[in-house]
Amino acid sequence: MAKDDLFSSTVTRFNRISTPTNILFSLIFIALALIAVVPLIFVIIISFSSASSIQRIGYSFFPKSWSAEAYKYLWNLRDVIGRSFLVSVGITVVGTLLGLFLNATMGYVLSRRNFVLRNFFTKLIFIPMLFSGGLVSTYLINTQVLKLGNTYWALILPIAVSSFYIIVLRTFFQTTVPDSLIESGKIDGASQFTIFFRIVLPISLPGLATIGLFLSFGYWNSWFPAMLYIQSTHQHMYPLQYVLMSIERNLQFLTQNSQFMIPDEALRRLPTESVRMAIVVIVVIPIALAYPFFQRYFISGLTIGAIKG
Amino acid sequence: MKRKHRFRKEDVELFLLALPTVVWYILFCYLPMFGIIIAFKQFRPTESNFIMSLIKSKFVGFDNFKFLFATPDAGIIFRNTLAYNAVFIVLGIVIPVTLAIMISQLHSQKLAKVCQTAMFLPHFLSWVVVSYFVFAFLSIDKGLINQLLKTMGRNPVEWYMQPQYWPYILTLLHVWKSVGYGMVVYLASISGIDINLYEAALIDGATKWQQVKYITLPMLKPIITIMFILSVGSIFSSDFGLFYNIPRNSGPLINATQTIDVYVYKALMGMNNIGFSSAAAFLQSIFGFITITTANWVVRKIDPNNSLF
Repeated sequence: MAKDDLFSSTVTRFNRISTPTNILFSLIFIALALIAVVPLIFVIIISFSSASSIQRIGYSFFPKSWSAEAYKYLWNLRDVIGRSFLVSVGITVVGTLLGLFLNATMGYVLSRRNFVLRNFFTKLIFIPMLFSGGLVSTYLINTQVLKLGNTYWALILPIAVSSFYIIVLRTFFQTTVPDSLIESGKIDGASQFTIFFRIVLPISLPGLATIGLFLSFGYWNSWFPAMLYIQSTHQHMYPLQYVLMSIERNLQFLTQNSQFMIPDEALRRLPTESVRMAIVVIVVIPIALAYPFFQRYFISGLTIGAIKG
Repeated sequence: MKRKHRFRKEDVELFLLALPTVVWYILFCYLPMFGIIIAFKQFRPTESNFIMSLIKSKFVGFDNFKFLFATPDAGIIFRNTLAYNAVFIVLGIVIPVTLAIMISQLHSQKLAKVCQTAMFLPHFLSWVVVSYFVFAFLSIDKGLINQLLKTMGRNPVEWYMQPQYWPYILTLLHVWKSVGYGMVVYLASISGIDINLYEAALIDGATKWQQVKYITLPMLKPIITIMFILSVGSIFSSDFGLFYNIPRNSGPLINATQTIDVYVYKALMGMNNIGFSSAAAFLQSIFGFITITTANWVVRKIDPNNSLF
């Protein structure tokens, strides 16, 4: 049974753990919560540490001096950062919409018990969960046959569909869309297209929101397709996560690609360490701020999928 | 019940509605599946058309596999993949289940919710981002760990050069990133357990520990089983992001951290060795298929309700 509230009380007043145990457990979980969050805080602090502080005492939670120079430096590189930010936003938006369409249509079709090809299609989406062509085959097909190399489609299409999402949506449609609604649509002479787009979708927003969120986070965090399919000749197509990977070794990638001329001395003085962390902060903050609000959608999606509805 | 093979108008419409997704599966799942025969060929791109090249390339039987296993790499990558996964599977069930049970017992639901939310954060971060977190701790001169070691009077460690620590580091990171997600799945199941069971047990004088042993755990058996099958089924796959990004491609670490996926990628993109790469990928797909169908068969023998198919 999928529940939005994970903590509906399984414990009544008379069936609780003892107070000392509660204190112990509470401390444990506070510690675990801190362990989960502290690395991000550390990185934020580093991004605001001055280069001299890092030089002298290394990375620290308590830098000798603070500075926003990393962010100022990034502002000077805003054309490169901005461009990859736009790439990421673009593929996230397009990918999520396209993915929703592809996953929801199949999910809906599979939820119709009378559909003649239902078993066939179910097997069709199930088999790839068991057996895959492997990276080599997929890579060669995508680049040689489908000619997706160095295109934005290479960043969008390969991860647009997932059998997991389809199953979640199928379960969702089965449980929340009453047959009577669809039947009455048919009686009124509506085609399945009309029924799907005008009747079923509008009332399925929670399910769509759930999968939409899965897709969005997936696209925002994706870097592997870029690593495979976008060559260094097309650096303007790099999404943000992949820029982050590219600068791991050196920041030259950024300075090479920027319109703004960075004089050599500035390069020597540049706050490499804090700049790297500042980019991490820019990449992560949207997610870190957004996910607590969207948690319950993820949770309901996970529980439907994992418990097989 | 045999269906009459009459395609009603509704079926045609549903078919069309699902068609884009079907095309996606053909292009991105099934085409690569056929391409997997490249492992048995000596691929030469003689024709301009990839598929013709593939067909015309010389069939070399198991040669690619023989050569692959003549290298020491083959044994290492299989060992690494299976060993890490075995540990991950066990920890990935024991720890989240334990934590889920514990957190559901906290007196303060508010604290529980806050901690659960915090612990969920790592799941939403990409491994690229996490590799920077790790670097902030393990960097040889500036990292936090080495600084702490120095203040304690011990020598700093060249973390990215010492392979012996990395099984522990990678395992710790994997747990750190996945425990929030696992906890949510099991918490959802726990919150669905009928509270009357606990109250009846309490009346019979059961202790908390007995309640867990005789009610909670048995009720969790279905979901634990499903998660276990899914994990074992993918025992030949690894999280590429974890094993590629975190060790930062450092040479000395390769034997301790390289999994099949990382090897396939490097052989394909770096060494342009399609033979070895495709042979390893093929084995991964075949063995993965065998393990997941076997795992499911085993579970079906024990408890038919819990099997995937």
